[in-house]
Amino acid sequence: MNGGQDLGGMMGFGPVVAEPEEPVFHADWEKRVLALRNAAGALGEWNIDMARHANETLHPVDYLSSSYYEVWLKGLEKLLISRGLATPEELADGRALQPPKPIRPPLAAKAMIEALARGTPYDRPPASPARFAVRDEVRALNINPKGHTRLPRYARGKRGRVEKVHGVFVFPDANAHGLGPSPQWLYLVRFSGAELWGRDGDPGLDVSIDAWESYLEGIAG
Amino acid sequence: MVSGPLPTGGDIHGHDHDHDSGHLTDVALRVHALESLLIEKGYVDPAALDAIVETYETKIGPRNGARVVARSWVDPDYREWLLDDATAAIKSLGYAGRQGEHMVAVENTGAVHNLVVCTLCSCYPLPVLGLPPVWYKSAPYRSRAVIDPRGVLAEFGVSLPPETKIRVWDSTAEIRYLVVPMRPAGTDGWSEERLASLVTRDSMIGAGLAIDPRSLAAEGRA
Repeated sequence: MNGGQDLGGMMGFGPVVAEPEEPVFHADWEKRVLALRNAAGALGEWNIDMARHANETLHPVDYLSSSYYEVWLKGLEKLLISRGLATPEELADGRALQPPKPIRPPLAAKAMIEALARGTPYDRPPASPARFAVRDEVRALNINPKGHTRLPRYARGKRGRVEKVHGVFVFPDANAHGLGPSPQWLYLVRFSGAELWGRDGDPGLDVSIDAWESYLEGIAG
Repeated sequence: MVSGPLPTGGDIHGHDHDHDSGHLTDVALRVHALESLLIEKGYVDPAALDAIVETYETKIGPRNGARVVARSWVDPDYREWLLDDATAAIKSLGYAGRQGEHMVAVENTGAVHNLVVCTLCSCYPLPVLGLPPVWYKSAPYRSRAVIDPRGVLAEFGVSLPPETKIRVWDSTAEIRYLVVPMRPAGTDGWSEERLASLVTRDSMIGAGLAIDPRSLAAEGRA
């Protein structure tokens, strides 16, 4: 969706301000949000693409005026409510007003650490040959889906070249909406700065994205 | 205000307490309510929450990535492996897991400087770099890295020769990118451990260079 999260190429946000000797967290509540996002995510009630979509469906003004941990907090609250795990009243009160939803039990500390260390691979075995090969010229489609997508606006309609075939990966546009992993071939596609930004592009710039097959069309040549 | 807005670079004002009154801020109260509720409902295990925080606060951080880079500087076979199959090469040093399942390493040279961003969210190679800094997740960085990377680098004090090309990697999928900075001159014969001390977090994002030991000497720190 063309939401507040799709920031590539926007202007007016000012300089990048790096904090010297920045601590890992700036407040205790940030630690709790990180932990709660991870622990609640491990319940299996949603996947990573649904979680990202919950963040990006915040109102753009809210998204852009919130710190990143606040975005995570608000996204997590939305996920809990939409899955029937909590009500807005319960979140406001900080106590249960309804019995818990019968779901799988939470991971204990040891199992949680093991899950973090193991990770969740998103690659899948190929079911069909890749449509594109390295060095193929392709165009990113001009699509504007209302749902989740990982094709940023700045690349849509632009011509690039396949630089690497990553393999077959879970397709977020489907997975975010409960349509299953629907795996597709994933490509590293490289664009020139001039193609993306016209005469305002840095002549020494190339930008690449990772693009699923259905984001791309071949260019005969 | 409980936190700074993204436009100024993030949440460096997000303290737990209002220093004038000592009260918890609204956001801290909201998080406390959320945590209490999820524990009461049995959805999360409090010990698991603490274990997650401990992992990201003390076990995973950019020292991991620095070891990977230093190994690639001293061991040509490892370097080749890292550039060919970063996931396996990194795992061989003990670093793997969530948000590092599919790694790609990209090497800076005199001809090309690499810079990593996630314009759509905050994708970051956690097992090698730990949690991302606020600026990496901020709107200024995410918006400008792809259109004005030289301007962004200048704000980090990095000015590249005009003939050096810039390659920006937008992390739009589950592939995570690690930049291998150039090895500084004057480090021949250095141990891997000593070399790793020159590899900063920012240099592995591409927003900085590895520390030049001559600059340390000039400051009397080496």
